[in-house]
Amino acid sequence: MTATTEARSPIPAPRSPRNRRTTRTNYELYGWVFMRASGVLLLVLIFGHLFMNLIDGDGISAIDFGFVAGKWASPLWQVWDLLMLWLAMIHGTNGVRTIINDYAERTGTRVVLKSALYLAFTVTVVLGTLVIFTFDPCPPGSPADLLPSFCTA
Amino acid sequence: MTTVLETTGHATPEPAAEVGAIPSFDVTLRIRRFLPDTPEAEAYWEEFTVTAHGTDRVLDAMHKVKWEVDGSLTFRRSCAHGICGSDAMRINGRNRLACKTLLKDLDIKKPITIEPIKGLPVIKDLVVDMEPFFASYREIMPFLITNGNEPTRERRQSAEQRERYDDTTKCILCAACTSSCPVFWTDGQYFGPAAIVNAHRFIFDSRDEGAAQRLEILNDREGVWRCRTVFNCTEACPRGIEVTKAIQEVKRAMITRAF
Ligand code: HEM
Ligand code: SF4
Ligand code: FES
Repeated sequence: MTATTEARSPIPAPRSPRNRRTTRTNYELYGWVFMRASGVLLLVLIFGHLFMNLIDGDGISAIDFGFVAGKWASPLWQVWDLLMLWLAMIHGTNGVRTIINDYAERTGTRVVLKSALYLAFTVTVVLGTLVIFTFDPCPPGSPADLLPSFCTA
Repeated sequence: MTTVLETTGHATPEPAAEVGAIPSFDVTLRIRRFLPDTPEAEAYWEEFTVTAHGTDRVLDAMHKVKWEVDGSLTFRRSCAHGICGSDAMRINGRNRLACKTLLKDLDIKKPITIEPIKGLPVIKDLVVDMEPFFASYREIMPFLITNGNEPTRERRQSAEQRERYDDTTKCILCAACTSSCPVFWTDGQYFGPAAIVNAHRFIFDSRDEGAAQRLEILNDREGVWRCRTVFNCTEACPRGIEVTKAIQEVKRAMITRAF
């Protein structure tokens, strides 16, 4: 029961062939290790974050502009949130990169989707990092009714 | 296939309910068909009902269809005893060898669905193009690699050294594992479990010296790091090979090499 190439010619291959040349780098290995290492750290960071914001003290009702400002006045929470931002973003972006490799069949689709992904990553990480370090709860010259109560001092 | 046992020598005149008789029953096979030569060349389902015996396997029922009902039904099989690896197919949604799947182990009240294995181009009915599968197998260099002069005696190996890779020597290249892997379904470039199993067989062989090259090949984009530990391959393997474990051992060898 051998089939010749002619016999199967009307059936297209499942997807366009990809370049499988050996790159001799450990890039995929590091990515795999990173997903696990960052996953363990994210477990602590995310649940710590959820506990502090939603359960500790007055719980969810305590969250307002002032609460966020208060947290970011402490270097501990600045570092905590910065780590959470960077790790979750790299972890999530690498995960979505994997999914694009899974499902995008044509090289063009892959390039477009990955470009959009890396752009979204860059914008989010840059903006997020900027906000964590430059957050000013009382910008000078703002209308008093928009500012939290502790800014009057 | 009726056997008459323990009836000779006895004077019991009862002909009914033969001792040792094999029960027979009707089974319906719901087979995914694809005929490339028809103008539409569209895949469709076709049902066949045949009478089978309690000792029959799915392959026997398919033979009955092919030999007595519809000779155009096309599938691969050779040994019919689970050793050549020709007849992997998707039976009731699971990758199985038709020659190792007993009808009595399936729910015969409902039609048994039989499809070609997934992720490889279908040529006709249950026959798929295995070339992409074998191309990946060839790429991991499934042969002994050594340096230096040929030894004058056989290459010695202790029982423990042999045991190290025993599990992965059992592969019959049926492709049940690779074609059960969701990563392979969507990304046909992935080497797939079978290639990794066969690389494992040499990487952990104390006589072989090509481990570094094989690890290099599988360390790449479409290599072991594509594996997401789904365990479909282990579930599918008709030889009972712990496929996912073998893949993890290859990953571990790469990590110890890199750090
Ligand atoms: C709570 C802690 C977390 C842990 C323990 C964790 C763990 C993991 C692990 C181990 C993988 C790799 C799976 C594999 O390769 O088979 C993974 C994949 C992934 N993670 Fe996380 N993760 C966590 C949080 C997150 C967060 C916050 C995001 C989103 C920003 C995220 C998005 C993803 C994505 C998109 C994938 C790829 C999924 C896939 O491979 O199909 N994870 N995660
Ligand atoms: S590892 Fe098992 S399922 Fe995979 S090709 Fe070999 S025998 Fe078949
Ligand atoms: S026919 Fe040989 S393995 Fe089933």
